[in-house]
Amino acid sequence: MRHGKYPFVIGFLIAPVALYVTFVIWPYAQAFWISMTNWRGLSAPQYVGFDNFRRLLDDGAFWKAIQHHGVLLLALPLITIAIALFFAFLLNVGGKSSGGQRQGVWGSKFYRVVFFFPQVLAVAIIAVLFQTVYRPNESGLINGVLMKLGLDPVLFLIRPNLALWSIIAVLVWQAVGFYVVLFSAGMASIPGEIYEAAEMDGASRVTLFFRVTLPLLWDTLQVAWVYLGIAAFDCFAIVAVLSIDGGGPDGATTVLAVEIYRNAFTYQKYGYASAMGVALFFLTITFAALTLRLTKRESVEY
Amino acid sequence: MSITPEQPAALDRRTVLRRAAAVGMLATPAIGLLSACATSGSDKETEQVGGGTKSAANPLGVKEDAAIEVIIFNGGYGEKYATDVHEPLYKKAFPKAEVKHQSTQAVSTVLQPRFASGNPPEFVNNSGEKLMDFGALVNDGQLQDLTELWDAPSVDDPAKKVRDTVVPGTVEAGSFNGKPYVLYYVSTVFGIWYSGKLFKDNGWAPAKTWDDFIALLTSIKAKGITPYGYAGSNAAYYQWNVILTQAAKIGGTDVLKNIDNLEDGAWKQDAIKQAATAWAEVGAKFSDKSFEGLKHTDVQLRQNQNKVALYPSGDWLEGEQKQDTPAGFEYQLMPVPSLTASDKLPVTALRATAGEGYFVSAKSKNPKGGLEYMRQMLSVAGAKGFTEVVKAPTVVTAGSEGFAFPPGVASSQAALKAAGQDVFNLYFDGWYKELDTEARAATNELMFGRINADAFVERIQKRADAIKKDTSVAKFKR
Repeated sequence: MRHGKYPFVIGFLIAPVALYVTFVIWPYAQAFWISMTNWRGLSAPQYVGFDNFRRLLDDGAFWKAIQHHGVLLLALPLITIAIALFFAFLLNVGGKSSGGQRQGVWGSKFYRVVFFFPQVLAVAIIAVLFQTVYRPNESGLINGVLMKLGLDPVLFLIRPNLALWSIIAVLVWQAVGFYVVLFSAGMASIPGEIYEAAEMDGASRVTLFFRVTLPLLWDTLQVAWVYLGIAAFDCFAIVAVLSIDGGGPDGATTVLAVEIYRNAFTYQKYGYASAMGVALFFLTITFAALTLRLTKRESVEY
Repeated sequence: MSITPEQPAALDRRTVLRRAAAVGMLATPAIGLLSACATSGSDKETEQVGGGTKSAANPLGVKEDAAIEVIIFNGGYGEKYATDVHEPLYKKAFPKAEVKHQSTQAVSTVLQPRFASGNPPEFVNNSGEKLMDFGALVNDGQLQDLTELWDAPSVDDPAKKVRDTVVPGTVEAGSFNGKPYVLYYVSTVFGIWYSGKLFKDNGWAPAKTWDDFIALLTSIKAKGITPYGYAGSNAAYYQWNVILTQAAKIGGTDVLKNIDNLEDGAWKQDAIKQAATAWAEVGAKFSDKSFEGLKHTDVQLRQNQNKVALYPSGDWLEGEQKQDTPAGFEYQLMPVPSLTASDKLPVTALRATAGEGYFVSAKSKNPKGGLEYMRQMLSVAGAKGFTEVVKAPTVVTAGSEGFAFPPGVASSQAALKAAGQDVFNLYFDGWYKELDTEARAATNELMFGRINADAFVERIQKRADAIKKDTSVAKFKR
């Protein structure tokens, strides 16, 4: 060990750690403190203990939001990963093999770029875009066509049991491209020899996918699942901009972040909103820990 | 390309992703959002500038060279009236003072941190979708008591107090538990709007009784035009306003007073049930389901295209739609028709109030300057200038004399005159935002046919009861 190594390492670490503590850890700590107060954003907060959390238990909107997170947590990762895997498989190994190398379907380079487009757009823009897509009258992209054909318009964001799924569809649309690229990268790193050997043994494309691609992609899938789970706990911008009256109709699409925003910036109940934020924090962290624990398995070495 | 095991790139990528996931896990979204405006200690007192010498030209005793900061909500009325009329007036009266101007479309986003850090601007136009909660501001002592302003001599006639130059009810509209804190500056009349041209072309007349109204809606429907509609997506309060206006006509203005004062069972009063039942029928038979998903400007545009005949709103509507209204459209106001022959108020009765709130921050550096700015606004020159720029009447009685209003505002001013003493207002939406939110959601449920009138009053009553019990919410009475 050379003398002066520690000062050197600490010198490098101190700036990022200080920044992280100031702009991430410290605001978090503050949010925990604010959640114990009835702060309304103006004068000094008053400590009220766990009052806000007790109120949460009786808050219908809070439970509705939790319920929606449950649906999102199942639907969003499942649908997104399924579609992204399918596309990635087609793009990378779905085509003919030439010279011992598996190829993607024809034009896969072009599709890869196209799939990534939604990721480039800002979320707010996507929400505004889909307002037009879903618009319930003849100026809507979908309903305009339907009405031209003499059909009744579909009230995508209006019918309470359809609204949440309309929003999930947007979230999936937006996310798929990124995971196609992610899985493509994962698939590209699977050695071609394995496919070659499997093919020689007479494996079909389906077998190839389930017996070779999927197991070797496990780590990447796990990461995707955690990412999408966290995305399912957010959804703020899409819901706030796209849904009727921010989480409507009548709370049918509301999520915690929207309720937090409403309580903080419409009702000016920062303490209560922080309590919701703390609840969201614990939900997210529990989810992430559980996912990582439950999906843990021996990674395949190759 | 395929990466062979010897190349470390694949492993690196996975490690990087896994670490990124861990960071993502920590950076839970919304919680950070809140702390962004959190503050360490907000009780700092701003040092306020001293007063100047009181004189005839300076009755409030403003320090003549003290700067004043003006925040204007850049919405339906724009900001031109401030930069072109009011600020020059202040500058003229106090040439040594600097007037700082800022406009915004999100008042609370800009001002919240400034209030929290004890550095609020002197004068604020608190309006728009992101206005700050007046109740919370009052409760926290952030707003300057305006009594001194109302009792000061007016700019134009030193023998007259400012309070005597404005429309009766102006001071009360901005009062909380009897103390004036807010200046509501624009005279606002609510009603149901239609195109004079469309009605004339079809030989339709505004309805006075409910039977006439249903007959009118029926003949409009026969023409293939949607008879009635409001935007459910963000403007459901336009419709609860109609329902409550109807209720006030049926049962008298105490119906609304009970709601504002959170009296027990206020929402379950018979008049409200009757009104809700009547309007639910209009929603079911004479409106369009798709309106629930539209924004107010969308439905207003459809009215301008003669696809919707009747639209509930206030008299800012004409100005707001100026760009999209075809020539000769001719906005006209119809008061909400009477429901029964035994209604307590006549058909001419309507909701009118002073709208567009302005306040002076009590904890700003120069609150006196803010008060003086208001005094200048309330001068005839200030009011006339405002009306000329935005085509809307102010609360200053002499301010709109001789001004030729466009047809819509002219008709609402005529309706206001016809109403005489039967003018009322309501306050609960400004006092208890949560009750407004609940009323909006319930109104959509009612008008788009998911609940009936009983369930409508039931659920709003439940929220009103909860607010009444909630000790953390400041209560107001009138």
